[in-house]
Amino acid sequence: MNELGLQPFLILSAFLFSCGVVCIATKRNAIGVLMGVELLLNASNLNLVAFARFKPGFALDGQVFALLVIVLAAAEVAVALAIILNFYNNHATVDVDAADSLRD
Amino acid sequence: MSLPVALFAVVATVTAVSALGVVLAANVVRMAVWLLFTLIGVSLLYFLLGAEFTAAAQLMVYVGGTLVLVVFGVMLTASGPLRELRTKPAQLVVGGVLGAVLFGLLVVVSFRIGTPSTASEGELPGPAPLGLSFLGFTETSPEGTLSGVPAGQVVPRTPVAYLLPFEIVSVHLLVVLVGAAYLARAKRRVKP
Repeated sequence: MNELGLQPFLILSAFLFSCGVVCIATKRNAIGVLMGVELLLNASNLNLVAFARFKPGFALDGQVFALLVIVLAAAEVAVALAIILNFYNNHATVDVDAADSLRD
Repeated sequence: MSLPVALFAVVATVTAVSALGVVLAANVVRMAVWLLFTLIGVSLLYFLLGAEFTAAAQLMVYVGGTLVLVVFGVMLTASGPLRELRTKPAQLVVGGVLGAVLFGLLVVVSFRIGTPSTASEGELPGPAPLGLSFLGFTETSPEGTLSGVPAGQVVPRTPVAYLLPFEIVSVHLLVVLVGAAYLARAKRRVKP
């Protein structure tokens, strides 16, 4: 094994994606859920850049998509944190299990 | 073992271990620190792939901007018992099994893709072609055929590459800034 191929990057990205899914599914802290989303976005970004490197004709597109995802993730975090802060101000907790007032 | 393979092994191990740390840590502050190492590891992988500009953008925007925002959120909300919210063990088991199954599925799929034969040919474009494509100066027609289009048919493509997504993202950022500032503003007390 002397040449670095596409597969190791895909497997690492799959691992990051699974970690993100488990993080979203099991964390009770709303900011922990947000970190899980960050892991998901990073995994998909790693996939995009790896394909840009190893697929001919995709060199520009993969990097451009990755940059757009990075910028949109920053925007998403800003809005999500604003919502979480509002929730914290109203309910004095960041437990996502407490956000069930629509149920009643 | 060549240098890229050895570097990949080290960086991938650090990234995977810190991603696992994000999942397993109970304390929010520790989760943020683990996430920091994961983001830095992913950026190093971009450098390893030859995408220098994307790696620099990842370092600046993600590590310097997004993670600082997350840490501010942790600081503003983590008080007393909220710093460590324990998950029920049953939920952890179900989530872990789900994640393991998903990981296995993704690994199987990624082995079925197969490594493209032209691995050595790919040299990623630097910041100048990226910027020109964002400004719409580069023609970006993929060499391959589009799926769903008959073989002989010419697909009309505009030469303006990524100008429209660039503008949409910039307007989106402006809207998000206004929205976030409106959502998180300090409530004024109404004087009776």
